[in-house]
Amino acid sequence: MTCREADDFLAGYFDGTLTPEIRAAFERHLEACANCRAYLATYAATVRMTRRASAEDPPAMPDDLIEAIVASLLR
Amino acid sequence: MTIASNVSGVMSVGCRIAPGVSEHFLCYPPGVMGADDRHGKLVLEDPNLIAAIQAGDGGAFERVVRLHGGALLATARRFLRDENDAREAVQDAFLSAFRTCRGFQGTSHIGTWLHRIVVNACLMRLRSRSRAEEVSIDQWLPRFKDDGHHEAVFTDWSPGADALIERDEACAHVRACIDRLPDAYRTVLIMRDMEDMPIADIAAALDVSPNAVKIRIHRARQALRTLLDPAFIRSATS
Repeated sequence: MTCREADDFLAGYFDGTLTPEIRAAFERHLEACANCRAYLATYAATVRMTRRASAEDPPAMPDDLIEAIVASLLR
Repeated sequence: MTIASNVSGVMSVGCRIAPGVSEHFLCYPPGVMGADDRHGKLVLEDPNLIAAIQAGDGGAFERVVRLHGGALLATARRFLRDENDAREAVQDAFLSAFRTCRGFQGTSHIGTWLHRIVVNACLMRLRSRSRAEEVSIDQWLPRFKDDGHHEAVFTDWSPGADALIERDEACAHVRACIDRLPDAYRTVLIMRDMEDMPIADIAAALDVSPNAVKIRIHRARQALRTLLDPAFIRSATS
């Protein structure tokens, strides 16, 4: 498997949807290729950071927006 | 687990949940609808509140807007990147939800139901915007030599990134990089990795195949990885 082929299977590997045979071939490539290991590690970190960046506390709902919504509903 | 009732007629349940364990199995008594606020704190909704909404009770409307409005506003801000647009999308979503609430069967959590409606309101607004010239995502995707090897040499900055992401400025940088993605990619990334929507729901909302969604998410993640690379390499090597 080349890096280009490994790239095609990266998302499936990450999601756990590869067949056992392809997964084994992908992992053999990873063992031999430090560059793809670094790429996969930073790809996974990107997903973790995206999730973390969305985890801020929800903002308070502005009172004027609450009033506008309720007024529209009761109109 | 702690349970407290508040004046809104809603019970808050605070509990710590083991990774990988569905909180719904742990915390929702049978027959009670719930919503989670994405931070491990669960809110159980009084079925009477749902009935009051369906009966057109203004006080009940206001309680639901107060309970769910902040989370929906955060979602709308992520998609629309414009405060006025986000407020209007939330307003549109609540109006649409309450006018059709007789159709709410209680088979999903009311927060999930409202979330789906606000996401659709945001998507409609994004579609109606006049499209500025968008950059191509290709420049941020990996390139390969003729022999199949990567052209670039990558640095594993992931250990440092996991520590840095606890800082507000790192989160802000990630969000700024997401905002640089073309809308078609930014949208699926937000839906999957920020809003935690299932692939099938994203595909239905965008009217594309699940496989097309998976490909688009993968490319969006790859492009975002490339955009994050310089800052996190600097952090890893400094």
